[in-house]
Amino acid sequence: MTDSILVRHSPLGFVLAASPRTIVGLSVFLLIVFTAIASPWLAPHDPLEQDLLNSFLPPFWVSGADPAFLLGTDNLGRDVLSRLIYGTRVALTVALVAATLTGILGTTVGLLAGFYGGWVDTLVSRMVDIWMAFPAVLLSIVLVAVIGAGLHAVIIAIIVIDWTRFCRVVRAETMVQCQQDYVASAVTIGLSRRRRLFKEILPNILPLLISLLTLEMGIAVVVEAILSYVGLSVASDAATWGGLIQEGRLYINQAPWLMVFPITCIVVAVLGFNALGDGLRSTLDPVLRR
Amino acid sequence: MTAASLLRRLMLSVPTLFGVLVINFVLLRVVPGDPIAMMIGPGATPEDIQNLREIYGLDQSIFQQFLFYIRDLFNGNLGISISMRQDVVELIGGRLPVTLELAFVAIVIALVGIVGFGITASMWKGHWPEVLIDAFSGFVQAVPDFLWGLLFILIFGVLWAFMPIFGRMDLTVEFDPATQFYLFESLLRGDFVVFASVLQHIVLPALSLALPLIAVGTRLLKSSIIEAMAQDYVQLARVKGFSHFRIVVSQAFPNALIPTVTLTGVQMTFLIGGTVLVERIFGYPGLGNMAIDAVINRDLPLIQGIVLTFAVMFIVLNILIDMTYAFLNPRLRHD
Repeated sequence: MTDSILVRHSPLGFVLAASPRTIVGLSVFLLIVFTAIASPWLAPHDPLEQDLLNSFLPPFWVSGADPAFLLGTDNLGRDVLSRLIYGTRVALTVALVAATLTGILGTTVGLLAGFYGGWVDTLVSRMVDIWMAFPAVLLSIVLVAVIGAGLHAVIIAIIVIDWTRFCRVVRAETMVQCQQDYVASAVTIGLSRRRRLFKEILPNILPLLISLLTLEMGIAVVVEAILSYVGLSVASDAATWGGLIQEGRLYINQAPWLMVFPITCIVVAVLGFNALGDGLRSTLDPVLRR
Repeated sequence: MTAASLLRRLMLSVPTLFGVLVINFVLLRVVPGDPIAMMIGPGATPEDIQNLREIYGLDQSIFQQFLFYIRDLFNGNLGISISMRQDVVELIGGRLPVTLELAFVAIVIALVGIVGFGITASMWKGHWPEVLIDAFSGFVQAVPDFLWGLLFILIFGVLWAFMPIFGRMDLTVEFDPATQFYLFESLLRGDFVVFASVLQHIVLPALSLALPLIAVGTRLLKSSIIEAMAQDYVQLARVKGFSHFRIVVSQAFPNALIPTVTLTGVQMTFLIGGTVLVERIFGYPGLGNMAIDAVINRDLPLIQGIVLTFAVMFIVLNILIDMTYAFLNPRLRHD
């Protein structure tokens, strides 16, 4: 692998240096972003438009299909493809918002604990231990019961449950970084604590953060799907992948394909996020790259 | 584990349980939206609402409500479910055995799978069984856990439709159970028609719970066995002329078990948590399925009861896991 400054610091160089995994993951991510933004233009029908005369139409490769409905229709005659396309909006919103907020909270707490040590660290570590002893399922049940079903509940549940994931890793990594020579040099030249933390240490754990963030997006997509499957996410007629699976489960014997497509979307999205996360870590981390 | 250390372990779980109680109680009291308003018809007068609030104790201060809650708890009274108008303890008592049975079968499948695959993969290290098992666990880990139940439904319920995908047993089978432990009860009674039906219904949900655990467990057990195979006692066993199979099973395996047990223990709490969703997917009438309905209906007393039940399950499970370590690792028996 070439190591010239130019290659390492240009977007083209990034793509050249990226592993196939990163490229696959990035393509999936960009595809989701594009689909979510362009939903109104990509979707052949209104995702809520019902056509009871055309319910349970099969997908295009099965005989009896209507070419106007490529992936068939559901029990109310709504176009499955359009609903899947609009479903990316919910999935992407949750992935971006929940993962970012979870990352900000976990990273801040982890940075402080790792940097200051002492009682701050003890306090944070205790809290993380207690948090992780409380099973995620219970916590999310209680949270959704308290907040009430809806997208905001899903996002809050993810933040409240998963901040520990960031916190643990960032705390440990900050401690490692604090032992490095560059931090000692920063102390010697008299940089303030805040500058050391945010200008020196934070940029050095950024690669790790980006990969954690991408992995968290995959988790967020799954959590949203689970909660909309059980009817605790957005309103039931809105198109979400989890909601589509749930509707498919009800009509599994008449129309099994209703479940196949949203499951495929979730698997592709999650595998994409995971590939991107793993790939980015090895691409961005100079030590791993060598 | 000595009696003293067991007692100390039990004492440690008291603050955890109290914490769960407090969180459980306080969080659910600050819920926006009036549960009474949801259970009463549109024609109700303010007096009716007031009466109901008094019946459920919702007119008292939060602190007083908590004291009442703790007092009732010690009397084995968890209140009346708002949506089902039934005693919460009775409701949970009817559902808990269903979930326990499911979790038990899932754990048995997981353990058999882990030990079987783990030993097979390390016996034929570098050959096709290992490659196959590695590929299997890699694939299982890549797919989000919650999709396994749905995939099984598609594969065994639709594609090759030979497995039931809904409920606990065939409704046409006649069974007059004395307990909710259908599987164990039918087996003990020798009623094999019922047993077969219940078993058929439990296999897919149990397998979807066990599969992720098998994948993680197999990987760890395999690498621990391979590590143990490099130790001196294995060399000694070879010199003594033990067969390869005997070395793996009777020498390396017991020594490689502890990391796997640690991990399996942690994963088992995920498995118990996973029952909530798996029961929903397979229409299995357990505690988790009821929990989701309770949240949808905002049935506070029922949610509190279920969360408490799960918390106790997790605490008991953790104590059992600690005891297993002590059993497996003689060094921990004398602390």
